[in-house]
Amino acid sequence: MSTATLEKRGFGATLWDYLTTVDHKKIAILYLLGGAFFFLLGGLEAMLIRLQLMVPDNELIGAQFYNEVMTMHGTTMIFLAAMPLIFAFMNAVVPLQIGARDVAFPFLNSLGFWLFLFGGVLLNCSWFLGGAPDAGWTGYAPLSIWSPTHGVDFYAVGLQISGFGTLMGGINFIVTIVNMRAPGMTYMRMPLFTWTAFVASILILFAFPALTIGLFLMTFDRLFGANFFVPDMGGNEIIWEHIFWIFGHPEVYILVLPAFGIFSEIISTFSKKRLFGYSSMVFATVLIAFLGFMVWAHHMFTVGMGPIANSIFAIATMAIAVPTGIKIFNWLLTMWGGNIRMTTPMLWAAGFIPTFTIGGMTGVMVAVAAADFQYHDTYFVVAHFHYVIVGGVVFGLIAATHYWWPIMFGKVLDEKLGKWTFWTFFIGFHLTFFIQHFLGLIGMPRRYWKFLPGQDLETGNFISTIGALLMAVGTIILLYNVIKTTVKGEMCSQDPWDGRTLEWSIPNPTPHYNFKQLPLVRGLDPVWIEKTQGNGKVIPAEPVNDIHMPNNSFLPFMISLGLFIAGFGFIYRPDTSFGYVLIAIGLIITFGSMLIRSLKDDTGHHIHKEDLEKEGAGVE
Amino acid sequence: MKGWMDKFKALFLVSGIALILSGCGNPYLSALQPKGEGADMILDLMILSIVIMIFVFLIVMAIYTYVLVRFRQKKGNEDYVPKQVEGNHMLETLWTVIPIILLLILAVPTVQYTFALSDTTPETTEGEDGENAEEAIWIDVTGKQFWWNFDYRGMDIQTSQDLYIPTDRRVYLTLSSGDVIHSFWVPAVSGKMDVNPGKNENEMFLNATEEGVFWGHCAEFCGPSHSLMDFRVVAVSPGEFDQWVEEMQNVDPDAQPESDVAQEGKELFAENSCLNCHAIGSSPAMMGPNVTNFGDRSKIAGILDYNKENLVSWILNPDKHKPGNLMSGNYTVPSREDANKIAEYLMTLSPSEIGPDDAQDDDYLQPKKKEESNNEETENKEDETAEEESKDEE
Repeated sequence: MSTATLEKRGFGATLWDYLTTVDHKKIAILYLLGGAFFFLLGGLEAMLIRLQLMVPDNELIGAQFYNEVMTMHGTTMIFLAAMPLIFAFMNAVVPLQIGARDVAFPFLNSLGFWLFLFGGVLLNCSWFLGGAPDAGWTGYAPLSIWSPTHGVDFYAVGLQISGFGTLMGGINFIVTIVNMRAPGMTYMRMPLFTWTAFVASILILFAFPALTIGLFLMTFDRLFGANFFVPDMGGNEIIWEHIFWIFGHPEVYILVLPAFGIFSEIISTFSKKRLFGYSSMVFATVLIAFLGFMVWAHHMFTVGMGPIANSIFAIATMAIAVPTGIKIFNWLLTMWGGNIRMTTPMLWAAGFIPTFTIGGMTGVMVAVAAADFQYHDTYFVVAHFHYVIVGGVVFGLIAATHYWWPIMFGKVLDEKLGKWTFWTFFIGFHLTFFIQHFLGLIGMPRRYWKFLPGQDLETGNFISTIGALLMAVGTIILLYNVIKTTVKGEMCSQDPWDGRTLEWSIPNPTPHYNFKQLPLVRGLDPVWIEKTQGNGKVIPAEPVNDIHMPNNSFLPFMISLGLFIAGFGFIYRPDTSFGYVLIAIGLIITFGSMLIRSLKDDTGHHIHKEDLEKEGAGVE
Repeated sequence: MKGWMDKFKALFLVSGIALILSGCGNPYLSALQPKGEGADMILDLMILSIVIMIFVFLIVMAIYTYVLVRFRQKKGNEDYVPKQVEGNHMLETLWTVIPIILLLILAVPTVQYTFALSDTTPETTEGEDGENAEEAIWIDVTGKQFWWNFDYRGMDIQTSQDLYIPTDRRVYLTLSSGDVIHSFWVPAVSGKMDVNPGKNENEMFLNATEEGVFWGHCAEFCGPSHSLMDFRVVAVSPGEFDQWVEEMQNVDPDAQPESDVAQEGKELFAENSCLNCHAIGSSPAMMGPNVTNFGDRSKIAGILDYNKENLVSWILNPDKHKPGNLMSGNYTVPSREDANKIAEYLMTLSPSEIGPDDAQDDDYLQPKKKEESNNEETENKEDETAEEESKDEE
């Protein structure tokens, strides 16, 4: 229904629809577009970094600009690309996988997206307003506190705003998954992607407040004359490092656990087998999340915490290798004895296993506290976390893009182009980052604007840059594939991959209300069960009834816009009293919108039983 | 422990990977070609962890390759439905327990070495060497944007950018920063340690086992010229070091240079208030790098080749070479002519005959004051370190 009517509407109406939507499927598309935009921006920054480091003593870009590019590459990729892309797939898939008609708080869902977008845009406005943040994505004090431009202010305020959005998203998914599972969808029948989304949401709930506090303290230091992190005024710069990493380390798992979930779905589907050791996979996910909070100080082995703290954090970190290893072997054993179809998503999953294994291995190596005295802050670490974050998260996101494109857009991405993307990106990736392990070991620290000749670092850096260019080619092919499929692609069947989970039981395009009748889940992989034991159709758990759906709202956009304007006010308040005006305008918009939301009753609308029966299509 | 590690290394050498590792990089920079106690210990750990990891990786890859080849869909087999296996307790227990055992093997030396490397109690405080405790060399290292200062505690010696140390004994460092966080790293000699401002002072030791001029890097992001905050560790034999100490202690900051140009340069250096920041002698003022032995510097500003042209260029426009440095804008830029004279003067500042060249020749001078402990150390390094290790374990 929705898409058909949409096409008839004009551009303005479509735009308005997306600005006000509270539908998880459309919010997923918004997250995908936002995340992809920032991914390309972060990729562009990565290209600048690699071109600057292509030859020794290069003067392509200046030191200050390099630091801004390097800082923004990290910040953009983590907060503005990986996080929203994860949320894109969580939005697109989780409600469908658990048999729900939307998330628990659709309004909040929309608010989360707009906060992320306005926060990200605010942060990137710094490029045009005197310079981007230049203190590294970790923003270590006191360098960040003393940075002379407004860049770091944009970092603190922009991330604060988008962080609120992430926190709301996390809470929303916890409530959704706890409360809105279809009849029969017990916890231990949830698909692994839903499980990992659930655990990642819990991690968000506990980790992001640490970031919020840290950023507030930083904002006070920079904009209101506090001295929390300024050593000569009685502050302590190390506290920032602790606060940042108490958030920062779980953040890694917030990103990579859903990627594990994605691969679990893909490997199971394309091996035509039930996931091997499902319960141990769930157990491993939870264990990784739990241990993920116990290891933050392994980012700080050289800070001078002393051998006792270093040893404890070293061993805790090594322990994470065990549940991660369990997962790797479970995936291998899922493929064992299967009937493996090498489609593009499966190709990415196959590329992921060795890549992530290398990343995990170097992870154990850097966990060896004493040896980390050599690895720390070198290209060895750069190589390690790119193997984990690109090899795990980005591979996962690209795989999900191919795998769930039919769910989100009703079309299958071109398989041939998909394979080209894989091979260029995969080879480019290893070319870029494998050599960086050695660059680090032979003496190249990270965050170096230039390396001087005479250190035998030339070959490694040159190879690395060539690899980065190849990755860019892969990304461009993916982009071309998306455009080509959108323009020329044909609508596919509702289940193009022979799927196993509930999202594949829904007609294409997905109706506005997802399920005409909520499904009855009879076990793990419900669609597969019905295919092999039933007539291939999921059994409804209820008769056709009126469906209660939420109304669209423009308020989330306005609340976020208000914070965006107030953010500028806070940043420029020390310079000009006009800042106060902006703060006032912004906060009036934000709180005014909240007031409207609170006072105006909005009980949503019903899709009537008669209309549903008339439409005919949908689940029987 | 050292014993089994050595055997292990020897075994590993046969397989050749250590050989490959040691083949890459600059011998005075690479962490894979250790020339110091710390770097040596860390390489042992690295090799142990790499061996364990490669073992795991090979197993994963063997299963992976087999699975992908054997179970890939064959033509005409599209409809084959495999058996839906739920799991296997035996296998799952196996791949939980084996990694735990492997990690325990790695965890034990990790903890031992972490403690050993953090031990900055001078090695002579206990036992028969107790009377030598005061002999320990302590150097207070200060990192600043974007240079390093080295204050030899109780010796009245200050240097900047070049850190002179004797070989074959531990030299203890305290690390603190005058501004933002830096990190002191000499990969070929030892691991790194952060250089924090405020109260979070750190300690570490260096023990170079060979003479050489080693590259040092700043490893913690500290501003625009973070990548240019290089320094050198000049490790000379103990005898040469003793000579250097004596000559540095007897430096006369007011000594008149021989040539007229240099004399003019000296006057200009004073007139232009260069001395306000750049001390000659062991003055504790540390606004800018100490230039007492500038004539022996291995590099200019830690990065440029040591010649007059570069020095003049630096004096005229330091920001061109180190963006964001604190000298730019805080001094009266002299004329090219004057800069030439100042450069001429600075390059005559060579109070000691010992310089970077002595770290690169074959001369190995024994310390003047012959002490038993030092003799043993040079003759039988391996045993000495082994003893320390066993002490640490206790």
